[in-house]
Amino acid sequence: MAASAIFILDLKGKVLICRNYMGNVNINEIDNFMPIMMKREEDADLSPVVIHGSTHFLWIKHSNLYLVAITKKNTNAALVYSFLYKLVEVFTEYFKSLEEESIRDNFVTVYELMDEVMDFGFPQTTDSKILLE
Amino acid sequence: MTFLYLGHNCATLGEIFELKAELNSDKKEKKKEAVKKVIASMTVGKDVSALFPDVVNCMQTDNLELKKLVYLYLMNYAKSQPDMAIMAVNTFVKDCEDPNPLIRALAVRTMGCIRVDKITEYLCEPLRKCLKDEDPYVRKTAAVCVAKLHDINAQLVEDQGFLDTLKDLISDSNPMVVANAVAALSEIAESHPNSNLLDLNPQTINKLLTALNECTEWGQIFILDCLANYMPRDDRESQSICERVTPRLSHANSAVVLSAVKVLMKFMEMLPKDLDYYGTLLKKLAPPLVTLLSAEAELQYVALRNINLIVQKRPEILKHEMKVFFVKYNDPIYVKLEKLDIMIRLASQANIAQVLAELKEYATEVDVDFVRKAVRAIGRCAIKVEQSAERCVSTLLDLIQTKVNYVVQEAIVVIKDIFRKYPNKYESVIATLCENLDSLDEPEARAAMIWIVGEYAERIDNADELLESFLEGFHDESTQVQLQLLTAIVKLFLKKPTETQELVQQVLSLATQDSDNPDLRDRGYIYWRLLSTDPVAAKEVVLAEKPLISEETDLIEPTLLEELICHIGTLASVYHKPPSAFVEGSRGVQHKRLPARAGSGESAESPDVGHSGPSEAPPAVIPSQGDLLGDLLNLDLAPPTVTVPSVQPSMQMGAMDLLGGGLDSLVCSSRALGGDIGGSPSMGAGLGAAPAAMPASLGSAPTVGGGLGDLFDLGGGVGMPTGSYVAPKTVWLLAMKAKGLEISGTFARRGGIIQMDLSLTNKAMSVMTDFAIQFNRNSFGLAPAGPMQVLTPLSPNQTIDVSLPLSMSGPVMKMEPLNNLQVAVKNNIDVFYFSCQYPLSLLFVEDGKMDRQVFLATWKDIPNDNEAQFQIKDIHLNSGNRNKYVLDRVLQNYSKKTNVFRDCMQKQMYDSTSVDSLVHDSLLLKGSYDAILKIIIWCNRIC
Repeated sequence: MAASAIFILDLKGKVLICRNYMGNVNINEIDNFMPIMMKREEDADLSPVVIHGSTHFLWIKHSNLYLVAITKKNTNAALVYSFLYKLVEVFTEYFKSLEEESIRDNFVTVYELMDEVMDFGFPQTTDSKILLE
Repeated sequence: MTFLYLGHNCATLGEIFELKAELNSDKKEKKKEAVKKVIASMTVGKDVSALFPDVVNCMQTDNLELKKLVYLYLMNYAKSQPDMAIMAVNTFVKDCEDPNPLIRALAVRTMGCIRVDKITEYLCEPLRKCLKDEDPYVRKTAAVCVAKLHDINAQLVEDQGFLDTLKDLISDSNPMVVANAVAALSEIAESHPNSNLLDLNPQTINKLLTALNECTEWGQIFILDCLANYMPRDDRESQSICERVTPRLSHANSAVVLSAVKVLMKFMEMLPKDLDYYGTLLKKLAPPLVTLLSAEAELQYVALRNINLIVQKRPEILKHEMKVFFVKYNDPIYVKLEKLDIMIRLASQANIAQVLAELKEYATEVDVDFVRKAVRAIGRCAIKVEQSAERCVSTLLDLIQTKVNYVVQEAIVVIKDIFRKYPNKYESVIATLCENLDSLDEPEARAAMIWIVGEYAERIDNADELLESFLEGFHDESTQVQLQLLTAIVKLFLKKPTETQELVQQVLSLATQDSDNPDLRDRGYIYWRLLSTDPVAAKEVVLAEKPLISEETDLIEPTLLEELICHIGTLASVYHKPPSAFVEGSRGVQHKRLPARAGSGESAESPDVGHSGPSEAPPAVIPSQGDLLGDLLNLDLAPPTVTVPSVQPSMQMGAMDLLGGGLDSLVCSSRALGGDIGGSPSMGAGLGAAPAAMPASLGSAPTVGGGLGDLFDLGGGVGMPTGSYVAPKTVWLLAMKAKGLEISGTFARRGGIIQMDLSLTNKAMSVMTDFAIQFNRNSFGLAPAGPMQVLTPLSPNQTIDVSLPLSMSGPVMKMEPLNNLQVAVKNNIDVFYFSCQYPLSLLFVEDGKMDRQVFLATWKDIPNDNEAQFQIKDIHLNSGNRNKYVLDRVLQNYSKKTNVFRDCMQKQMYDSTSVDSLVHDSLLLKGSYDAILKIIIWCNRIC
């Protein structure tokens, strides 16, 4: 509903981790993200939505990572952005800092967390106190 | 532990072998480490699907962490190994009965993610149990699982009765379960637009509102978004929902706030405006919207795009909040640009000084895009707030003095608009503008400057030199500039014909002979013919007074605005486009509408209660191609309310019949008329009264007199059927352009009533309902006389024929071509637009009788100098009145009273298309030689 899949990319656009929540979007769509971003950077246009065909990429940047949600529907954009920021918050609380290294070192936990905070595109519990159980 | 990222996508055989051994190890720890390694390989994109059986073997464990890892693997590879996925079913079934609720939930969550059709039916029983589980965590996970299963096999979910169970969960005692059930139902309902899945009633609404206060921020959003789709029964229910939603406005999560704003914006539509609560609610909306601007930049962006809509819908909410939209130096550019837009929307006389000071500062910043937009904003302020125009112009002049190239260019573009808004007021600045002519390198600025030179050619001494200088590189210019240059030089020629003949010939030949661009060529030809045929007419056309532009050129058209308000917070509200414009397969999804204000019942207190919201009149929008469409949308597509326009003289003339007994003598006298009929300046009361004197025998066989009888006989002779000629239906709207709806049609006149005969064909897969039709304003005020009657739903592959009676009392606007009609048809899927052309004969009334005196008076009324004479040779006038008649018509049309052709033509007489094209051509060409030639040919043909 909110997001079909969520990706964490490094600055070059390489996928560090991805969770496909709904299975209705081809995961390879993410390959289109970075080239569009590069082009936009040239045009100094960094608006937070990127469209490729019928796929919408909603992204935020945190330290050296991109967090990208993709959808093909008229999703609640406000919800997606605040969810992505919440995700950053949760990861930061777990790993002290959220960056490429901490994702790589803790990928099992990252997967578990991603499974817990969102189900079928619907954000679930994101309260880190409850998640720590 | 650190995993190295290797560049290749295939695990080597050695790796696989090693992992296989570890997975089958007896030691739990070793197993777990092995599964972790498998997952790690999977994460970096290596194909480890060969290990499927070995990993699944690890599934039966009590260790939650190991189980999670195995499930993760399963979700990833089950789809590529459907046969082996069945091996996992038993474990799922078992895990769903595990004493540990976490394991039950994990199992039900994972099994929904295994998108293998074969195994879904095995999952029904465990799912059914989990939906009724004692633990809310399991129930909420099971609720989502129903949506997952529905996505894989909708039929199965319906057959198993899961939808009913899901509906029951709306009454669950746990708010998170309620929220997830709502989310799942909304998701399912989206793919079944016509189902009554979410038939909310006051009881369920009450449950949702109760859960709203207790669930997580995300759950609150699900519930609010669901509430927004509900239509309260009356204003009281609407108010009570608003009251319970309002506390959400103070939530820390911007998305919760926006969803609450959406509900409130929608439901306050229904509240009577004199209600105290209405005012209170308006006041309560401002602070949360302001707070949204302190969120992260991306959220600010979403908020600003939505505030842009809210400000257009209800400007009063934020009218005192101008300052919060002032740009901060560290705002990202996309936020800056959105803020600027809102600043202009909020600009008013009260705050314009502040705004201008800000804008002037922005215009000196470094970011080019931002500076451009700031300059443009100054121009928009001038147009929006009249009192500020002078200051804006002087600010713009200051900016031009900076000589910063892009600033100068933007300034010139907006000054052109200012000229159009306040003609004859600021032309003194033209000299300054002309100084910068050479520095303009952007097409838009060049075009604007050329427009200014052409428009004010009489005041610019060297206008011809200036324009000539542009002409040198004509073919290198962009189309925009070429078109503008062509028009400007024609204007110049009409103003100063003596010195500029050479120039105009040059540009006309460049445009028509040396250009491949059809737009340019056609415009060139039109000017050419206009100038060579009738320079006086050309002057009237080319130098016609232009309508003033109005303050807002970029308002969102009201129907779209309403729809977007219903989508606050979503991508649609960010793009300012309806979801149907960017979501695949969204056809059949109802366009969301705001509820109607409670006006029909007890609260019909004020006359201005309409769905268009507050009483401020919607600002007029500059008519342009896009806005004509806007007008169509504006018409609301409800059964037409006939607003009788102030009838223009030409309409009156058209409405009466000019054909009468005097026909014979007229043709004889028409050649002699020229000299002695003085042009009486106005038609006077006699004419106005004439229609009333007409026999009221429309519809029956006309009571024919003298010449008319002859005409009738002849008509029969030509072989026309007694009924009027009706062209065969042609396709007006292609199914592929209208989501499966094909419309073909034609026009007919039956018994004095104009009818639009339509065939609606459903070429889509789903049933179509709720048809409605509306016309844009058109040359003769054609409008549906009643709603389009499509009583039964239109099933796939079915065709329905409808005859829509038309009246001529709609609003009038000259169309190009004159007989063009723009139509909007709405059904449950979408609104579609097409245009068609009606035969002009459609407008000719059956009863052509007219008193001779009246006719002559009418004739006289056409000013003398409009009359032209010419000899038509080789016409056998003795072949009947028909020819005389035709000639008469042509002469009349030729006499430039171009609007007078909705008159006496007896359509039964002629092959309609010939008459149409004849009249049409003679009108367009204003009686050029060509047209007359055509008439002669035509006359000869029918003789």
